[in-house]
Amino acid sequence: MIEFKNVSKVYPNGTQGLKNINVKIEKGEFVVIVGLSGAGKSTFLRSINRLHEITSGEIAIDGKSITKAKGKDLRIARRDIGMIFQNFNLVKRSTVIRNVLSGRVGYHSTLRTVLGLFPKEDVNLALNALDRVNIVEKAYTRSDQLSGGQQQRVSIARALAQEAKIILADEPVASLDPLTTKQVMDDLQKINQDLGITTVVNLHFIDIARQYATRIIGLQAGEVVFDGPVEEATDERFSEIYGRPLETREDEEVEVGESAHESSK
Amino acid sequence: MNQVNEQKIPKAPSKWKHYFTFILILLLLWGSAYQTDSTFKELIEGFPNMFSVLDQMIPPNWAYFDNIIGAMLDTIRMAVLGTTIGAVIAIPFAIFSASNMIKSTWVYYPVRFLLNLVRTIPELLLAAIFVAIFGLGPLPGIFALGIFSTGIIAKLTYEAIEGIDKGPLESMTAVGANKIQWIMFSVVPQVAAYYVSYVLYSFEINVRAAAILGLVGAGGIGEYYDRTLGFLEYDKVSTIIIFTLLVVLIIDYISTKLRENLL
Ligand SMILES: Nc1ncnc2c1ncn2[C@@H]1O[C@H](COP(=O)(O)OP(=O)(O)OP(=O)(O)O)[C@@H](O)[C@H]1O
Ligand SMILES: [Mg+2]
Repeated sequence: MIEFKNVSKVYPNGTQGLKNINVKIEKGEFVVIVGLSGAGKSTFLRSINRLHEITSGEIAIDGKSITKAKGKDLRIARRDIGMIFQNFNLVKRSTVIRNVLSGRVGYHSTLRTVLGLFPKEDVNLALNALDRVNIVEKAYTRSDQLSGGQQQRVSIARALAQEAKIILADEPVASLDPLTTKQVMDDLQKINQDLGITTVVNLHFIDIARQYATRIIGLQAGEVVFDGPVEEATDERFSEIYGRPLETREDEEVEVGESAHESSK
Repeated sequence: MNQVNEQKIPKAPSKWKHYFTFILILLLLWGSAYQTDSTFKELIEGFPNMFSVLDQMIPPNWAYFDNIIGAMLDTIRMAVLGTTIGAVIAIPFAIFSASNMIKSTWVYYPVRFLLNLVRTIPELLLAAIFVAIFGLGPLPGIFALGIFSTGIIAKLTYEAIEGIDKGPLESMTAVGANKIQWIMFSVVPQVAAYYVSYVLYSFEINVRAAAILGLVGAGGIGEYYDRTLGFLEYDKVSTIIIFTLLVVLIIDYISTKLRENLL
């Protein structure tokens, strides 16, 4: 369970990133955060594992404050939260398996991890995680030889190898084409359903959000302006809130689909 | 309509700046020559001398080769050891100089300053100081080369560190890595190839430097220059020069090839 209690964030330059947020995300939910560019989606997500510090309020995970955690406690809290980035953030020069195993460093001594002596169970765990996202045959390939969609699946595997209880994904499909978008989102959904991992995803497109979410949270100028199940997240409702309908991937897909068709001829 | 509005045309920059620079450079040259008492007359008078030395250098004394092979190997060993010492010490220096590793300017500015300071000291001077401390022999030479290469390797490496992709840094923070794991998993893979390349580059420089350190008594082939020049044995001098040149060329070639394959 992730709990935001009166959370606000003001950036040093005075920008209000988050404004008095009170949100509770239960275990096993698949929450999608939507909002226009600059609404505070990334700030929201990154506050959860403290890649960004909040300026007031408190965030608790399973009842334990991560806001107050320091040193080893913070590292252990982070170990339980997998994070997936828009740009994948893999070490491109390292092999796929090493990237996945890097999710295990929080479980072992510094010396052991520095020497790369991960126990056999860890290697199996990593291979299983890769298998779950259908990319195990690439385990010993250098990561920069993979396509974008494949790299994103490696980063999902890293979160799995981490044995994370929560997965945060900041626009995980923003740099992927429609087909790979579907594969990556399907993977996230499957993991959420099979393993009960609480999943919070930032998305630009409302149609993809509706397709995968169990709950949608709409942000605007750092404030929660919508919070409810998918059925309530209608176009009319969002037009009312944002003064215009949110973007959908379909508009884009038509263009992309056509040009892909052209080039395949 | 081909009359352009006079006021819109920018004024051509004055040429005076170029003339002034030119005159200033001439003055500096003349001043330096005057202060150091070097004249063209001396240069021309020295010419015949140069030819007579060259004349004595040819043919080289090939038999002398056997006498210096040990010293040449010593020179290379000094360079290897000096580079190794430098390569090891350079690692913490590079990390503590990089602004994306250490957030506090209070740390990385002083460390960088120290590095810059070290790099301004010529290795021959360093060697002379160490000879005064440790006595004659290769040891002070090795230390001098070690410090000298620390400066080079650390400087180049910290610049490489500052240029890395910060995405992996973020993801290692997010998985809960401690500082050392964070460096090993996100920084090292990104800079390792550069670092090795800089170590090789510094080794090339060190071989050349090691060849003259003997002039101040810090071991290696340089001592033989001193000795043979002192006895005016120019045929031996040319043997040493040719040998040194050959070794330096071969090492440069191998090292360059290796570095090409690294990056
Ligand atoms: N480091 C920062 N310093 C100052 N202001 C920032 C910083 N990061 C973000 N902001 C501001 O905070 C607000 C929220 O930014 P955030 O990145 O959370 O938005 P977002 O919803 O993720 O947008 P996008 O869809 O473009 O990714 C924006 O107005 C942004 O300009
Ligand atoms: Mg964002």
